[in-house]
Amino acid sequence: MFKVFWSVLHRDLLLAMRRRTDVLTTLFFFLIVVSLFPLGVGTETAVLRILGPGVVWVAALLASMLALERLFAADFEDGTLEQLLLTDQPLVLLVLAKITAHWLLTGLPLVLMAPLVGMQYHLTDPAIGIMMAALLLGTPVLSLIGAIGAALTLGLRGGGILLSLLILPLYIPVLVYGAGAVELAAVELTATRPYLMLLAAFLLSSLILAPLASAAALRISIE
Amino acid sequence: MLQVAQLECRRGDRLLFSGLDFEVGPGTLLHVRGRNGSGKTTLLRTLCGLYTADHGEVHWRGKSIRALGEDYRRDLLYFGHLNGIKGDLTGVENLRLAATLDGDKADTRTVWAALARIGLAGFEDIPTRMLSQGQKKRTALARLILSRAPLWILDEPFTALDTDAVDLLQLLIADQVAGGGLVVLTTHQEVPLTSGQACHLDLGR
Repeated sequence: MFKVFWSVLHRDLLLAMRRRTDVLTTLFFFLIVVSLFPLGVGTETAVLRILGPGVVWVAALLASMLALERLFAADFEDGTLEQLLLTDQPLVLLVLAKITAHWLLTGLPLVLMAPLVGMQYHLTDPAIGIMMAALLLGTPVLSLIGAIGAALTLGLRGGGILLSLLILPLYIPVLVYGAGAVELAAVELTATRPYLMLLAAFLLSSLILAPLASAAALRISIE
Repeated sequence: MLQVAQLECRRGDRLLFSGLDFEVGPGTLLHVRGRNGSGKTTLLRTLCGLYTADHGEVHWRGKSIRALGEDYRRDLLYFGHLNGIKGDLTGVENLRLAATLDGDKADTRTVWAALARIGLAGFEDIPTRMLSQGQKKRTALARLILSRAPLWILDEPFTALDTDAVDLLQLLIADQVAGGGLVVLTTHQEVPLTSGQACHLDLGR
């Protein structure tokens, strides 16, 4: 069972390596969106410190959204998705492998880029640390919830826009607590604990529910 | 082995077929025939469990395929209109992945031997998007060589293949039937069998 999980994960990472531009576009999109704000609102340290957490999180949501559309669509078009549906392995596991690959390619790099972005907004070192922790807990939730939307809108015309309309509202809790944690870190570091705990709770519950929901949605979409 | 009872399928408002009944046992080739648009692909996809029939059920070894779920899919190999291979991966990578997913042997020697047998020697290491239509199809069909599934469902497997590949595919199908397997296929080509029996099912009359 683990072997199949690994081979699907490996396949998706290998495909991404063969098409590096797709991955890089998402990351540059994130970097550019985040960098535009200081240019637009000026370099006032106090203003940037207030804006920073929110801007970084909104950019992360949008960047994660960009690659979601292709999560199942590419496999749907060349017929590999129906082959995945017809294996004797639980579809939930294969979906989880694809989501993991999506997170490794779009979520994890954002976590690693966070210090660079934090500096643009004059965030303090502890705040940057909290931002990395919050992104580490929050970005997998984005990939997990996003997969449900990607599976539901598979094969629809104008699926991209519909996907955003379906999924962005569901991202709100992650945005609120993710950005909230970073804002609080500037004031009182220990007060961020409940926020991170809540993000962890989101992660655990979506880890259990989202692959099940995506798998069910895929079976419907392929009909 | 494979039994269909009172099967009815619609696409949108259009009734494709209804009241379809048949049963096929081991060592049989079931040739589904019909005009374009008569529902051949829909029937095949319903047999796989990719579509849900509007009415009726498909049974495998006496049990409903819905209830069997993964146990049914282990016995099944489906080859559809889409090749199901990744253009950015090489033949070896594609075949190894397909074999792993099917639960077949996927070590390097087996995979290379299968590709050589299907006539892709020398093309194993090239991304499949660089290959011709027929070669892509061959890459996808190499799964049949490795497959141990007793039930093959093949949708138009002969299109885009040259005569050599057609001969080989006919041989593979005949071997599968001779070995007690079951093959359901749509094609406009006759498939000579060495042993076992061939049945015909005509849709859309």
